[in-house]
Amino acid sequence: MTVAPREYDFVAARERLEAKPKSAGPKLGSLEDAAALVKDGDHLAIGGCLYSRTPLALVRALLRRRPTGLTLSRNLMCYEGEWGLVAGAVSKLVTSWMGIGLPWGLSRIQREFVETGRVEFEEWSHLGLGLRYRAAAMGVPFLPSLTMLGSDLMAVGGSKTIECPYTGRTVHAVPALFPDVALIHVQKADRLGNCRIDGYPHMDGDIARAAATVLVTAEEIVSEDEIRLHPDRTAIPGFLVDALAHVPYGSYPHECYGAYDAEPEHFTAYVDGILARGAAGVADYLQRYVYAPATHADYLALFGDARRAEAAARARMLTT
Amino acid sequence: MSVTANELLAVMGARELRNDTTVFTGVGAPMMASVLAQRTHAPRLTMMVEGGVIGPTWKPGELPISTNEMRAAYRAQMLPAITDAFLLAQRGFFDVGFIGGAQIDRHGNLNTSAIGGYARPKVRLPGSGGANDIISLCREVMILTVHEKRRFTERVDFVTSPGYLEGGDSRRRAGLLFGGVSRLVTTLGLFGFHPESRRMQLLALHPGATVEQVRENTGFEVVVSPQLTITKPPTEEELSILRMLDPRRQFIG
Repeated sequence: MTVAPREYDFVAARERLEAKPKSAGPKLGSLEDAAALVKDGDHLAIGGCLYSRTPLALVRALLRRRPTGLTLSRNLMCYEGEWGLVAGAVSKLVTSWMGIGLPWGLSRIQREFVETGRVEFEEWSHLGLGLRYRAAAMGVPFLPSLTMLGSDLMAVGGSKTIECPYTGRTVHAVPALFPDVALIHVQKADRLGNCRIDGYPHMDGDIARAAATVLVTAEEIVSEDEIRLHPDRTAIPGFLVDALAHVPYGSYPHECYGAYDAEPEHFTAYVDGILARGAAGVADYLQRYVYAPATHADYLALFGDARRAEAAARARMLTT
Repeated sequence: MSVTANELLAVMGARELRNDTTVFTGVGAPMMASVLAQRTHAPRLTMMVEGGVIGPTWKPGELPISTNEMRAAYRAQMLPAITDAFLLAQRGFFDVGFIGGAQIDRHGNLNTSAIGGYARPKVRLPGSGGANDIISLCREVMILTVHEKRRFTERVDFVTSPGYLEGGDSRRRAGLLFGGVSRLVTTLGLFGFHPESRRMQLLALHPGATVEQVRENTGFEVVVSPQLTITKPPTEEELSILRMLDPRRQFIG
């Protein structure tokens, strides 16, 4: 059984939230200050999905602090999982699928680390993991579901079935997952942390409610009036948020709906590095793109303005 | 006109879809099959993809690589949260689900997790993604796959996505009250599952394929339906729609 009791301890999770300030005050600070709220050994839930709206600037800022013993969970695991493993920051991954995307084949990093037993890898179905976050977002220890039943996935995380008290049917009691920290990138937020998400919601609304601490980066900081003019568009209310940083191109080279497209050629170059040199390919990449750039602006300069402008133009074409 | 493996899968998959129904689809051949059905005999088919997309109108030449990127959402009717998309299937709104699989057995169980022992596998595969949910929650499921011996095995190493488990009523006994694998579409033919034993059986061969070829490329004993038929080859119209959608042949090969 690999699910830790603290992941579904709804009483402890509730007490942790009750003890925490839930301020309507300003949250806006630096990317580095936000990343500093992560402690070694924390369970981090990563927002977005695969190469979409990934909080990559937060992940890079975090890795520069050389954390250890982290657990990462994400519905479809991408760069962040491979980087965390090669950087020596991560001891456990929780996901339903791992890779860069179908054209890039199997994740050689996942293969190397799992096949040699160097990381604990806990696999759920996509909905199974979504319901774990949803149960936590609802403050309950589990949710009944009809998914994963009969499969060998039930045993991986130690899932249990229960008999429905009303119908007598067998249902999967999907255990809650209360992460320590949620890392989320959004298109717009006001300085108080009220967040607007354009396009796909993914699972970000649930992980923001499930986690004890919520770190957000935003493409754009908008006025409080702008949020109040369209309150129906607020996906995450400000009092849930602990730290906010203004980071344009905060998911790049992953995509951010409506703002910029992904850079598949960059993914290909990254994967070619792995095909040629294995984990050392990722280590080289981390040196160049994560550890060497002193600031986010230095990071973006590695790609150049023209390339980013083209990615933004493609996003406009795809969303208008 | 020569036909690629993915064109054949897309055409045969499309023909299995009905008008006025819903399909939980994926990228690649399932996506091509769904759009082809919509543009031919099933204009009132609604597609959903697991990234959280309902009713997209995919742009020819800009087909999605992942189920949650901007291209997958192009001119969609709704973008629900991922969990809510799957919950529509759990509620029973999806008639058909499409999935693929690295390894499949004679009862339609799929393995996309690990080849060899699970804890220290010989090959660690990506994982379920939404396949387990689609096969558990849709009214019926169609599997599209290239027909290769290494994929067709007596018993999968790990049941990532449950077909009929050990056959008979074992799927139902596990709590999976709904659905099941109705069709397996491969590059050699169409397969169904016997209503009682739930064993895979060959229902139809694609033009040019032989029973012998199916046997050679299957790692377990092939049961052939007494009413074995031959599928109609892809038409010019079907192929031209697929090639219009994917002019750079990213997905049709």
